[in-house]
Amino acid sequence: MSKNSSSGNGNGSNASKAPATAGWPLWEAFVRSSRGLSHVHAGSLHAPDAEMALSNARDLYTRRNEGVSLWVVRSTDILASDPDRKDAMFESPKGKDYRHATYYTESEGVKHL
Amino acid sequence: MAEQNSTDGHSGHLAAVQSPDEAEGQRRFDQVIADDSRIEPRDWMPEAYRKALTRQMGQHAHSEIIGMQPEANWITRAPSLKRKSILMAKVQDEAGHGLYLYSATETLGTDRDTLNDQLISGRAKYSSIFNYPARTWADMGAIGWLVDGAAIANQVPLCRASYGPYGRAMVRICKEESFHQRQGFEILLTLSRGTEAQKKMAQDAINRFYAPSLMMFGPSDADSPNSKQSMAWNVKRFSNDDLRQRFVGMIVEQVKVLGLTLPDPELRYDEESGTWIHMELDWDEFKRVLRGGGPCNAQRMARRREAHEEGAWVREAAAAYADRQLAAETDKERVA
Repeated sequence: MSKNSSSGNGNGSNASKAPATAGWPLWEAFVRSSRGLSHVHAGSLHAPDAEMALSNARDLYTRRNEGVSLWVVRSTDILASDPDRKDAMFESPKGKDYRHATYYTESEGVKHL
Repeated sequence: MAEQNSTDGHSGHLAAVQSPDEAEGQRRFDQVIADDSRIEPRDWMPEAYRKALTRQMGQHAHSEIIGMQPEANWITRAPSLKRKSILMAKVQDEAGHGLYLYSATETLGTDRDTLNDQLISGRAKYSSIFNYPARTWADMGAIGWLVDGAAIANQVPLCRASYGPYGRAMVRICKEESFHQRQGFEILLTLSRGTEAQKKMAQDAINRFYAPSLMMFGPSDADSPNSKQSMAWNVKRFSNDDLRQRFVGMIVEQVKVLGLTLPDPELRYDEESGTWIHMELDWDEFKRVLRGGGPCNAQRMARRREAHEEGAWVREAAAAYADRQLAAETDKERVA
């Protein structure tokens, strides 16, 4: 809800009291650049509701045919991992080189393997 | 950006002595900078870094927003439908660039309304170049070629700025900006091949925008107090003078294609030092315009306030609609 009830009659006196977004939620926009590719994070924007977020995301992030599909999601609905606990979070694959094909060197020189 | 929701790096910034957590944060920050890697919003960062970036990125965003005005002024008088479409696309881009940068600035913990308020109340600065009037159609050419050209020279190295969201915004901006410079150059080229009067108009525009565009790089390194720290943080990659040199080297060649001249009798390449010698720039004028004493400062600010105020009913209507939708959804859930 807008915090200001000014009717915008142009007298300029209360311009600084009418907030630009009045605390509108933040949305993250994801753009699919062409069929067969994933949606990729393009950036964020403020909008009062999902429909406006989608419409604004189109104007802001696809002005040059950047996409064939667009997603928006409320930033607060994204659960993110803690950067300070990055090491513990991503520890499991470390030291497990055997998960990569390059670990197996005995077969070097064998064709089509 | 999603990352910003848990930005809480403000605690304890007044303490003179770092807590063990802060010391560890500082150590990691220094390591990231030493590795020339990127700082992301939720990382610990020194308060001075946060403050300096908020200021720089905010000013950058404001410049894009105010920068719409000199050109929007010519949309209705563009000489053809093609030029009108191009100019509208360019002005729309500037709005977009402002929004990318505001979003990036918000990840540092200053919200959009605060940033907007800083611009509207006149507490925040924006690039002094937009306080010069765009008097003729040729100015659209000179602004695109020289002003956007100088902006690009400034911005390309910022794509590698140590603050991740800033760098990412700059990559997008630079990609879009290149058309701006080319369309400006093309306007001047067309005029320079036209009648004598048109050629004169193009030369006059260049004459007026040459020195202000060189000043866009900021004062000489010796007089630029923030440059050193900014370079130590990998935000700034080249000094003001280095970037200005690079720009002069480019436009010296480009102006020949236009068959026009740069209004600088002192301009020459000094073989010995390997640098361009150009006219003395009027830094008193630069400071005066930045402080609000330029030909268009009052007009630009008034227009910005007016636009904000005139948009109030749209913002209110959108918010009321969103509220009603939310209420309807809640009712539906209750019935179900």
